[in-house]
Amino acid sequence: MIDKTTLWIIIIGLGLGSFFLRFVFTGLVGDRLMPAWLLRHLRYTAVAVLPALVAPQVLWPKATGGELDPARMAAAAVTLVVGLMTKNVLAAIGSGAVTLYGLLYLLG
Amino acid sequence: MAITTVKSAYLKGVLDSTPFILVIIPFASLFGLIATEAGLSVFETLAFSVVVIAGAAQLTALQLLQEEAPTIVVLASALAVNLRMAMYSASLTPFIGGAPLWQRALAAYLTVDQSYIVSVAQYEKDPGMTVPQRMGYFFGAVTPVIPLWYIFTVVGAILGTQVPDSWALDFAIPIAFLAMIAPMFRTFAHVVAAFVAVVVSLLAATVPYSLGIIVAGAAGMMAGAQTEVWLSRKNGVRS
Repeated sequence: MIDKTTLWIIIIGLGLGSFFLRFVFTGLVGDRLMPAWLLRHLRYTAVAVLPALVAPQVLWPKATGGELDPARMAAAAVTLVVGLMTKNVLAAIGSGAVTLYGLLYLLG
Repeated sequence: MAITTVKSAYLKGVLDSTPFILVIIPFASLFGLIATEAGLSVFETLAFSVVVIAGAAQLTALQLLQEEAPTIVVLASALAVNLRMAMYSASLTPFIGGAPLWQRALAAYLTVDQSYIVSVAQYEKDPGMTVPQRMGYFFGAVTPVIPLWYIFTVVGAILGTQVPDSWALDFAIPIAFLAMIAPMFRTFAHVVAAFVAVVVSLLAATVPYSLGIIVAGAAGMMAGAQTEVWLSRKNGVRS
């Protein structure tokens, strides 16, 4: 059973900490110019962090206890390829979902 | 739809982030379900989602709370999962740093994966946007997402029953993120950044407290930046 005092310390601490992380640059740096090398790195934030977040979940999904899962890997690949080809987010999500459910059903 | 006013920017933001509704509803419900199963009341579960708005960090904290990890470890781990928010903040700064402080503070509270990714994609695509238009777009992009995050946390908490595993909702998030990233690969440097990040994240998958994501993200960013420098040198452009 989770202790209520601990829970509220976590909720408030995590709220304050998360706000600080989100505010640290937009709030404190503001419209001061940042150096070119830093901006050059920041251009790649999204294309680096999000694939890093997703890749382990694609190869070793928690739902299968970390076992390789052909349905999830295929769904991820289809989503990425359709996204690259069409540049259409909904089309990519749709084809990924169809692949996932189709293969889970067929391989189930 | 061309952006000519703050209002049209806001509306385009709303429109562009509507696909996330498909992601937010299952994810928020899932957090609600898991939190009540862990013994949280509906009010505590909602407070968690309103105060923190970061599903992955919230789930990390919940997991460690159930394992009775020390409070400091719970906080440090969940914040490490959220470290990418600092990267997002840095990445948004050149675009919205000129906005009034209260708007930047509000935007900071509302910075989540979805609002960040859709906004940065738009700012890069349309460099001519004014700062008020960018803020309008940002607040538009959170409009379909954040209220649903609160509402479906409560729905999940009240339903309190287990969603069958056969729904494979665990994979809603990876699919949504991949679909979103794909249109952002505009140059070879973007591809290198993503490739290096993926390789490092797989090598670092066992690094505790999700720190592997931070290391991998930093490695990817350095690889992208370095590739950009090499390419511009090769093309004889001084950077």
